[in-house]
Amino acid sequence: MKRHCGGGAANRGLTPAVPPSNSSGFAVLTASAILTDGLVYAAYLFIVAIGLTLIFGVMKILNVAHGSFYAFGAYGAATAVGIYTNGDWPAAAGFLFMILMGMAVGLVLGIILERGILRLVYGKDEVIIVLVTYAVFLILEDVIVLIWGPQSYAAYQPMVSAGNTEIGELVLSNYDIVLVAIAALLAGLAYWALKFTRYGRLLTTVIFDRETAAAFGVNVTLVYTATFIIGAMLGALGGAVMAPKIAVTLGIGVEVIVLAFAVVAIGGMGSIEGALVGALIVGICRAAAVHLVPQIELFVIYGVMALVLVVRPYGLFVRAQPRKI
Amino acid sequence: MFLFAAAAAPLLPDWVVSLVTIAFANGLVVLGLVVLWRAGLVSFGQALYYCIGAYAVALTARWTGFTDAFALVVIGGVAAGLVAVLIGFLLARYREIFFAMLSLALSMILYGVLVKTESLGSTDGFSVATPTFFGYAPHREALGLALYWLTLGVDAIGAVLIGVYFRSVAGALAAPIRDNEIRVEFLGVSVTSIIHTKVVVAGILGGLGGALAALAIGHVDPNMAYWTTSGGFVFVTILAGAGSVAAAFVGSLVFEGVRSFAFDVMPQLWQMTLGSVLLLTILFLPDGLGSVVARLKRRGEAKS
Amino acid sequence: MSDILAVRDLEKTFGSLVAARDITVSVPAEQAVGVIGANGAGKTTFINMITGHLTPTKGSIWFEDKEITGKPSREITRLGISRSFQVAQIFPSLTVFENMCIAAAIARRSGSVWGNIATPVHSPDAITEADATIELFQIGRYSETPANALPQGVRKLLDIGMAVVGWPRLLLLDEPTSGISIEEKFDLMNVVMSALKTRKITVLFVEHDMEIVARFADRVLAFYDGTVIADGTPTETLDNPKVQELISGVRLKTAAGSAGHA
Repeated sequence: MKRHCGGGAANRGLTPAVPPSNSSGFAVLTASAILTDGLVYAAYLFIVAIGLTLIFGVMKILNVAHGSFYAFGAYGAATAVGIYTNGDWPAAAGFLFMILMGMAVGLVLGIILERGILRLVYGKDEVIIVLVTYAVFLILEDVIVLIWGPQSYAAYQPMVSAGNTEIGELVLSNYDIVLVAIAALLAGLAYWALKFTRYGRLLTTVIFDRETAAAFGVNVTLVYTATFIIGAMLGALGGAVMAPKIAVTLGIGVEVIVLAFAVVAIGGMGSIEGALVGALIVGICRAAAVHLVPQIELFVIYGVMALVLVVRPYGLFVRAQPRKI
Repeated sequence: MFLFAAAAAPLLPDWVVSLVTIAFANGLVVLGLVVLWRAGLVSFGQALYYCIGAYAVALTARWTGFTDAFALVVIGGVAAGLVAVLIGFLLARYREIFFAMLSLALSMILYGVLVKTESLGSTDGFSVATPTFFGYAPHREALGLALYWLTLGVDAIGAVLIGVYFRSVAGALAAPIRDNEIRVEFLGVSVTSIIHTKVVVAGILGGLGGALAALAIGHVDPNMAYWTTSGGFVFVTILAGAGSVAAAFVGSLVFEGVRSFAFDVMPQLWQMTLGSVLLLTILFLPDGLGSVVARLKRRGEAKS
Repeated sequence: MSDILAVRDLEKTFGSLVAARDITVSVPAEQAVGVIGANGAGKTTFINMITGHLTPTKGSIWFEDKEITGKPSREITRLGISRSFQVAQIFPSLTVFENMCIAAAIARRSGSVWGNIATPVHSPDAITEADATIELFQIGRYSETPANALPQGVRKLLDIGMAVVGWPRLLLLDEPTSGISIEEKFDLMNVVMSALKTRKITVLFVEHDMEIVARFADRVLAFYDGTVIADGTPTETLDNPKVQELISGVRLKTAAGSAGHA
């Protein structure tokens, strides 16, 4: 018997099909299902969380509106899917178009937010800025309604046209495989960019100590703007790639943002390796819960977050900052 | 202020009474947030205590058949308070963003548990039995008024007690802790202990608010623990400012009013309205509405 | 009571780093002791061990004939030992009076949770103490000024005042005149020392300015490399060749008498 992983287009989350009954390879099957489901979920979380942690690391801003980037990316992607299915484009081109559309939406939104609103509150207390981003998030939730209306959108075509792969008794959606590949690519790209490009190294210095970086002549304002925009695009990318898997409807930003927070809190704010590890931990734990003890699915995610914060308040990959007098 | 509101009640239409009851119940939660905010701490998880208070009331009524409103409210407050005492040991060691995030995580844990608990109605929640008042069982408008007066009563007591608290060493240390925690420690005070007390106070207030809300709304559901509920409370705290006890209630009233109004007039855009109000408040009135009142008072005093 | 403070064979190591060793000192009540030495010589480690922020690896500390070695700093504060800071640690958003009043109220309450809640801050006693201490340190004209708007000298006086408002019996001053301009140093120390004398408070003050030490200390402890290399009257200690070689520099004698240091 086959085990489907990933879930159908109408699913809000990534829950798999009903677990099979007795079979000798049950344990192995379940373990592999947990692993693959966990990886897919982790990929989704990582793509969404990397933008959030980047923005926090550089600008020390916990951006609640990151949920809006995700939502806008998803809606933009849905629109793109609508366009290309009507125009009968080939699947791969359509997929690319969808991704680019999502990122373009992120770019525009990021610029508007950063130049328009964020600029007004730089330098204020961290918590105040969080509240500002929360206010922006609320506003943007309704902007979505203004632009796209209150109805849901389906954008499942890329997922369906990608088809499935069967490995033994496990059925994997090809789209999910692509998702994991994108996440891995992103991780690699981020690592390379931070270590080997000029922008990446500037970013690292600003993350480490903004004042000293500025004293050395780094144009911190420019770095801030660029970072925010990149973070926005990454958030929107998350929404765009997830659009075919979920129902694109009101409120998706609300759920995602708190999940992204959990991942970032676990990994350490500002740490990209942390986001990767955090995403993996949350992804696998959630998959395990879903397959084994479905009642604790939501509990597990926030339970892990609370547990990590208790042991390592700054996350797994971040050391406490010394107090500056 | 409370006396005026109490007296005005019979003259107001039902929907106003109901609105004000809920606003003042929520105002208690906000008061708890103000206690923390004065020390520089923002909890993004007060919904935890709100929800505990509400469910404590609902479950007590459901499992024991006991429906006395006064007792239920006390039970709600105590339940939340006990949880706060436990959690406080953990939470008091954190500050700033981490305090906010841990409190968020804890409230979401409750949400996760409730949503998956079939026996408690999962996402639909369940309804709360009609409250009685020392054996007296009012109906409809009388019930509305009774709940209204109960809420005002609890609020008034809370306000007085918190006022005393603010004038005590523990309360007055809020600003010093925010300014220079280390100096407070060097003066011989355990900052962790003070913050623990604040968490407990805020928890009790949150529970009382949730209990009253449960009675007033007549229904509880897991959404009461969701982060957006906590966000709403924080919103009002900013709107009101940390200046005074009254500000918490006035702010809550304004919030409920704006929310109802926005929902009625432009149901698709109420979030945007709220968000804009919050944004404008932060940008132009960083100390909240309370500071406007204080400024007006000062100007009045200067003139006379 | 013999000596108000006595430390015996005190030592503090951090792993392989010996920050302080072989310190044995007894201080009689109401003495003003200057503590000198280069940075890293062990002065701050010494102070921190007395206030309870560091636990000595060896040795003992006695306050008013009772051992306080290893006690937590909160308890030590309550026993009557207080300290001030090199960088004045005050509450910038409150007025000078508020700062002082809070410190007074804290000093007067019991340490329990209930004590914290039940004691009002603006009790008549606390207000009296606060006003008295503000007068003592002669910063009365700044009483209603927010602490973040104070000139540096007044900040220091407030900082020290807050440490004194609770009537400690032993006060540790960490570089009281650091950050103060040369013209103001003596005035500041005059006010501080006369305040302490009025309240009969024993004081240990860490200082880098040798003239301040010479003028205001009854006794000087010289630290070098984690231990005390000289202990005596200011003249004895400052004329000690080892001290001059390692810490203070040789005193130059001009026509008018001794003046600066090389």
